[in-house]
Amino acid sequence: MHINIPVRLFNLHTVNEKTLEKLKILAGAAKYDVSCASSGTTRGNSRSQLGTTSGWGICHSFTSDGRCVSLLKILLTNHCIYDCAYCANRRSNDVKRTAFTADELAQLTIEFYRRNYIEGLFLSSGVMRNPDYTMEQMLRVVKTLREVYRFNGYIHMKSIPSASRELVVKAGMYADRMSVNLEIPSEANLKLLAPEKDFESVFAPMRYIQQGMLESAEDRKKFRHAPSFVPAGQSTQMIIGATNDTDRQILTLASALYKRPSFKRVYYSGYIPVNTNDSRLPVLATPPLVRENRLYQADWLMRFYDFKADEIVDDTHPDLDLDVDPKLGWALRHPEFFPVDVNEAPYEIILRVPGIGVKSAKLIVASRKFGRLSSSQLKKMGVVMKRAQYFIVCRELSMQTVNELTPQYVRRKVTQKQTKAAADLLQYSIDWGE
Amino acid sequence: MTLFIYDHTFDGILSCIFYAYEHKTFPDAILSDADQRPLFIDEWHHIETDEKKSQRVWTALERKLSKSAQNMVLLVWLSELPETEMLLFGYFRKIIDHQHGFEMNFGDSDVLRVKEIARKVNGEAEKIRQFVRFQKTKDGIFFAPISAQYNVLALVAPHFRSRYPDQPWIIYDIARNFGLYYDTHSLQEVTFSLQDLKSFKSRKLENEKLSETEIYYQNLWKEYFETIAIKERFNPKLQRQHMPKRFWKYLTEMQ
Repeated sequence: MHINIPVRLFNLHTVNEKTLEKLKILAGAAKYDVSCASSGTTRGNSRSQLGTTSGWGICHSFTSDGRCVSLLKILLTNHCIYDCAYCANRRSNDVKRTAFTADELAQLTIEFYRRNYIEGLFLSSGVMRNPDYTMEQMLRVVKTLREVYRFNGYIHMKSIPSASRELVVKAGMYADRMSVNLEIPSEANLKLLAPEKDFESVFAPMRYIQQGMLESAEDRKKFRHAPSFVPAGQSTQMIIGATNDTDRQILTLASALYKRPSFKRVYYSGYIPVNTNDSRLPVLATPPLVRENRLYQADWLMRFYDFKADEIVDDTHPDLDLDVDPKLGWALRHPEFFPVDVNEAPYEIILRVPGIGVKSAKLIVASRKFGRLSSSQLKKMGVVMKRAQYFIVCRELSMQTVNELTPQYVRRKVTQKQTKAAADLLQYSIDWGE
Repeated sequence: MTLFIYDHTFDGILSCIFYAYEHKTFPDAILSDADQRPLFIDEWHHIETDEKKSQRVWTALERKLSKSAQNMVLLVWLSELPETEMLLFGYFRKIIDHQHGFEMNFGDSDVLRVKEIARKVNGEAEKIRQFVRFQKTKDGIFFAPISAQYNVLALVAPHFRSRYPDQPWIIYDIARNFGLYYDTHSLQEVTFSLQDLKSFKSRKLENEKLSETEIYYQNLWKEYFETIAIKERFNPKLQRQHMPKRFWKYLTEMQ
């Protein structure tokens, strides 16, 4: 088949040979930011624009470390006036420095987008001259994308710490999501590792984003077509294992952030030593991936299972148990809560059972009015009986529960089978048996 | 055993239901003409597809099934799995014979299986949305070969259509030898000649068919993809889990 469509003449002047070199440097420098979600907003398209966003987000590829590639995650520049101990782009590092032009980066985004490589752009940057100057340069990129290229896909934009309110608000008009990275979970440690930053420099832009979102929501009540502001909310990232902060500090902070209406995600990034010879930083043989995974599981419990941070970690258990997932950990500390009768108990109670996830809990509640459920039916619905069996009663199953067998015994039974699985524990596979 | 022979259409399955209730006879297997017949058949019935009858059955089902369950039924049909006919037949019977709401009885094996297959088909459609890779041709058409596990091309077309309203594209299902062509106005089905198909099977268009900047952007993308992996976190098992190997041959970055 042959369809005659005029070859669109193509301008190679903005994107050129140097682009490849820049791409290597500026993507390499951006990769330690874990967030890559393109989720949180659904936006259809009018014919005059390019692109859509789909509520759940789309991963277009997975790198050899198993991480999702959804957005073109890139720095505008790796020039930086700051000297943060944990960062590869810090001022005192002798690395090659470069920068994209606004049009070059916009065009690159569009060409990748048209080939279905990406959902959009994740734009971050080192700090040139001062925070506001940097924000202005970043704004030029997103403005070009939205206004010149009529790009309607996903844009995640970093807000630079200490950026002024005015610029954060401007950026929010173009971005789907904004984020300011907390990086270090306690202020004392942050000041130690990033002498030019403090909590206020991070929390202030977070507040601007939130205020912008709330004001925009108010405006849209009055005027239906008022522009939306950061419709996918904000997120942040904490580095895990670079400091002595406990999981309790981390999760308490995360839980406080989730209480804010604008907060959609907190990301945890196992520390990878990019700068050697800095005595402020620990020497780690491998990044703390198991701990990072447990934190994601705990985060999941807080967001979807109605767990409170202080149920997951407390004074006697300030750090997560690396051998069992935090839900099982909680269950083993609270045998008095069990067994749960899946044929009678309310949804929220069933959700607390190890081995039962959101999906299977919903199936159970929907189906049990047609007849009492048996263990084989539960299994088919996706309940992981290996774990759940110690915590439930169903039609025929009145086996020994955690109370007769003791938590110590159940723990041993469950972790025995897990040792191999734990060895290749996977970063984002949060498996509650669904 | 009792056998129904039908014309391998969705209306045909609905006509089977009509026939079964009309004649109070229920099949042990439903096959199309092309299928191999089993041994030991006691009786078989040739079911004529009749749109009036199938419409009556569907109207009855619509009254008892939620929109999302109706959609699941359609997804099961698109799975093209060998069990499809008997599963849908059994499911429809149960829906007809029970009170409204039976679709939520996941303790029932048919109800659960319909949900499972629907989930798989949806999952495949999502994989296609993730892993389609367009190559820009000299004609300015963005071309992407796929080979889908289930027949999901029609499910994914609206997504690409609204995403790229000004961009002509072809997504071609090599496993089923048909594709959809969007010319920036409407969608149409296309089929390539065997010879063309052979050259697509090599997965990549020959360079002379590509737009002059295509290879350049492919290289940029590959370079980007290599660069952003963190070597301290190397985990190819996780990579394969999220991005099964059967898709790799169509992925620019995996070449």
